[in-house]
Amino acid sequence: MIKFDNVTKLYQKGARPALDSVSLEVERGEFVFLVGPSGSGKSTMLSLILAQERPTAGHVQVLGKDLATVSQRRVPLMRRKIGTVFQDFRLLSDKNVYDNVALALQVIGAPRHRIKAEVPEVLKMVGLDGKEKRQMTELSGGERQRVAIARAMVNRPQILLADEPTGNLDSETGLSIMRLLDRINRTETTVVMATHDESIVNQMRKRVVELKDGIVVRDQARGVYGGGQNQ
Amino acid sequence: MRLRFILSQTFRGLFSNKAMAASVALVTFVSLLFVGAAALLQTQISNLKDDWYDKVEVSVFMCPINSMAPQCAAGEATQEQMDDVAAFLEEDEMSSYIESVQFETKAEALENFQKQMEGTAWVEALTEDQMESSFRIKLKDPTQYQIVAESLDGRPGVLEAKDQRQQLEPLFAVLNRFTIVSGVLAGVMIVTALLLMPTTIRLSAMSRRDETEIMRYVGASNFFIELPFILEGILSALTGAVLAVAGLWVTVKFFVTDWFGAAMPWMNIVNTGDVWQLAPFLLGGAILVAGFASWVTLRRYAKA
Repeated sequence: MIKFDNVTKLYQKGARPALDSVSLEVERGEFVFLVGPSGSGKSTMLSLILAQERPTAGHVQVLGKDLATVSQRRVPLMRRKIGTVFQDFRLLSDKNVYDNVALALQVIGAPRHRIKAEVPEVLKMVGLDGKEKRQMTELSGGERQRVAIARAMVNRPQILLADEPTGNLDSETGLSIMRLLDRINRTETTVVMATHDESIVNQMRKRVVELKDGIVVRDQARGVYGGGQNQ
Repeated sequence: MRLRFILSQTFRGLFSNKAMAASVALVTFVSLLFVGAAALLQTQISNLKDDWYDKVEVSVFMCPINSMAPQCAAGEATQEQMDDVAAFLEEDEMSSYIESVQFETKAEALENFQKQMEGTAWVEALTEDQMESSFRIKLKDPTQYQIVAESLDGRPGVLEAKDQRQQLEPLFAVLNRFTIVSGVLAGVMIVTALLLMPTTIRLSAMSRRDETEIMRYVGASNFFIELPFILEGILSALTGAVLAVAGLWVTVKFFVTDWFGAAMPWMNIVNTGDVWQLAPFLLGGAILVAGFASWVTLRRYAKA
């Protein structure tokens, strides 16, 4: 599903690489935590999967395609199969819940009947049914992240990338978001989540990939946040 | 669905950047007004040339009775001198330039004059002896008039060889100068427009950065993201172009056709029909330039 083959990413010549010969494979339906301190390369990995960045060396394969062979023009088509969720939600404050989610279908030219059918469905899935008309200012942080997840999922992507999705939420709300992501994962959607949130990683007991200075220092099935015991 | 969404994005952009959109429209308006003025002046010149050059001929006036001119000190041109000129015009050297030669006697000259001045007091003002007999020479190529005129000037019995075209030259010179002035002003304004358009598009793109970023994340194509901005630029410029066409139409209708044209009915003056002929080029030009400028701007500043 996702494969990093000896990937190095240098943002500036001479600087320390953001990723240094990283090799990693994520199978279909897996749930992977990317952990590590700020600047360890977690976000760079997500950017590479999204083809926002190109690797300096090595190959990134997503959904069976080597991204080096995907032309810039085809990148949007590939992104339609990847949902993305961010710490800061990235919602449009002048649009209501429904319109924020519908945007993801509108911009790929989906017909109106499809939008009308699928937006309420995905809002129900994330637990926001009945709140379609709410403005962003009327929602709590957790609800906003649910809107963002709904937007990421409405196009039924095969991969969901989440960059610190619980970073702006209190622990209880964060946990409810994690339960939602877990539920999404059980529908065969591959989830890759970068996080600092120790308690969440420890509770979920999923695969943990730990990065430090751009190097994978641990890759552990059913791991915990700081747990040194390699498998 | 796609089109509706793109148009709604476009109008939202125009509305939230009203002042910038208006400035692009106004600068385009002024530039195209000058472009249009220059084009209409050139149309006017070519109208006049088409109209007049065909009619224009070189007239060789022979010395009349009692002429004060030094070249006619010997008195009225004799028949011999006239035959001499006629023979000269038929020589190979000259005939290669000449299409036809017509001789106008004093009596015919007076008749023509009286016909032209019919209804005025001038009809009775001249007598046959005050008129000159003349050769009316039609040239194969009107631009060669100087060669013909110069070789006739100074021949015995010739008062002067006059090219009617020369009388038009000052008018053309004035029109050409106006064209240059309009052209230069148009150039300056077009440069202004070309500097303003990218700035406007960048501002618009910046104000909707969040939205376009989200669109990229959910897999919108570049074309889909950029088209509303390009349309924004095109619509602003198109508004300016429409204003310019309207401005030219009003100017031509009220100042040229109805006022100047009414004062000189014998002259083929530009009219609103010429403005309509020019309009598609101004509108098309605005669309092409604005579209291209917007597209290049987005290429340079927007990143996938």
